[in-house]
Amino acid sequence: MDALDALLRVTDLTTVFDTDHGPVTVVDRVSFDIQPGETLGLVGESGSGKSLTALSILRLVQPPGRIAGGSVHFKGRDLAAASEREMRAIRGAQIALVFQEPSAALNPVFTIGDQIAEAIVVHQRLGAREARDRAVELLKSVRIPNPESQITSYAHQLSGGMRQRVMIALALACRPSLVIADEPTTALDVTIQAEILDLLREMKAALRLSLLLITHDLGVVAQTADRVAVMHRGRIVETGPVRAIFHSPSHAYTRALLAAVPGGLRDGEDAAR
Amino acid sequence: MAKMPLVEVERLVKTYVRGAGPFRAGETVTAVDDVSFAIEEGETFGLVGESGSGKTTTGRCILRLIEPTSGAIRFRGEDVLAFSAERLRRARRDMQIVFQDPFGSLNPRMRAGQIVEEPLVIHKLGSRGERRERVAELFRLVGLDPASVDRHPDAFSGGQRQRIGLARALALKPSFVILDEPVSALDMSVQAQVVGLLMDLQRRLTLTYLFIAHDLRLVETICSRVAVMYLGKIVEMGTATSLFAAPQHPYTKALLSAIPVPDPDAPRNRIVLDPASVNRNAPLREIAAGHFAAI
Repeated sequence: MDALDALLRVTDLTTVFDTDHGPVTVVDRVSFDIQPGETLGLVGESGSGKSLTALSILRLVQPPGRIAGGSVHFKGRDLAAASEREMRAIRGAQIALVFQEPSAALNPVFTIGDQIAEAIVVHQRLGAREARDRAVELLKSVRIPNPESQITSYAHQLSGGMRQRVMIALALACRPSLVIADEPTTALDVTIQAEILDLLREMKAALRLSLLLITHDLGVVAQTADRVAVMHRGRIVETGPVRAIFHSPSHAYTRALLAAVPGGLRDGEDAAR
Repeated sequence: MAKMPLVEVERLVKTYVRGAGPFRAGETVTAVDDVSFAIEEGETFGLVGESGSGKTTTGRCILRLIEPTSGAIRFRGEDVLAFSAERLRRARRDMQIVFQDPFGSLNPRMRAGQIVEEPLVIHKLGSRGERRERVAELFRLVGLDPASVDRHPDAFSGGQRQRIGLARALALKPSFVILDEPVSALDMSVQAQVVGLLMDLQRRLTLTYLFIAHDLRLVETICSRVAVMYLGKIVEMGTATSLFAAPQHPYTKALLSAIPVPDPDAPRNRIVLDPASVNRNAPLREIAAGHFAAI
């Protein structure tokens, strides 16, 4: 794996929160690469620092949190050195985010068509009519039925699965090269989850995207990721190809995580042997 | 089969009227549609289905937190729907519920100890000192430090809050507990710990559980028998072993095939449900010993 080819290269990224008792390190010297077209699964439990890693990459950490060290290179460019204006051009347009709660991420007072069109107009030089056509096209691509009429819907009129499809359409609006999906299916029913994961896989292949998939569900990772990084207490404790992580985990924490998956006990036993 | 089931649900129906106004009849929505099942003493009965399938409404009808439209609920052979308010209050000591959301279901202004003590106060059980003693005992029972009784819920993690909810549910020494998605808001490894605790408590206190869940992996691990709900109806019911090994109903097949398997080499042949393949009017029939499907 040639590091020069990496789409995203995170090196020793460190984020701390300043508290009354001094700084608390929440992301601790985290390093990983994502190659073009690759899906990296970042797994760990609540509070392990996975979401803060994503926010740190995009420089979206809010005080009292702050990035204390390390570097993030995107397409060879040091994001720490980018101006806030340049970062705004990168966020959404080149690196897009899909959140767990589409209901919280979508604006309740604008139609979904307006929100997608807004993202397109902000980042690309397109007129209102063209932006609207592109919004319809995007909704069609994420298989929302009757996209021409659905663009006038509001988020609350859609089911959870449909809202997550809209979020994905919104993320893809500006043809990003990297999508960061933070627990994209955690709030969904299992059959809807399977549909959304299929959609992400399909979109990734069709658009040659890279995907940083953040999740606590090892089943989701096993079926979606090429490589896995396991995070625990702010650190990456193990990283490797998905098969190696599942069939021969080397870190005790990874083995404990695998053993905790209901129905996955067999794998845990394999690992213990 | 001489033994009487602890809980019997017979032809339960719950309908809601949607969009009715002073001059409009509105439309009737059937949330629970002719549901029947029985739970044997000491078993863990799983009720699974996706959002809107009617599983939570069914659970709440059993406790009469929601009044059913028709049908019968029997607890130890007694007709729960015929209970007076006073009799129902007494019955609720024996039938408890633990809710899904460990963040929304505990009053943030109360201390953990007060939350667990409240059922004892409501049912006027014991003196102050006895109650305090019982609360400490309940904390230990669910693996919480009795020294933390004076802390507020926000000082506890999600898994610890669910233990508080469980301690509260167990305060009145019930024999039947409805667990409504008790771990679905928790991390996998915390889920495993809470599930371990639930199983341990079941053995020690001889509890009977109705386990309502959408995570089939969990249900397979802990339930003896399982009923699958789809659009208000039970479409399949059987022992966990037979239902998972040989699902018969198209919806059960689709549901099982959608489970993400924690193995990168597992074949991905997801079955997509064709709603046209579901005969909504097919009655449940026994297709193997103790295994029923509406096909």
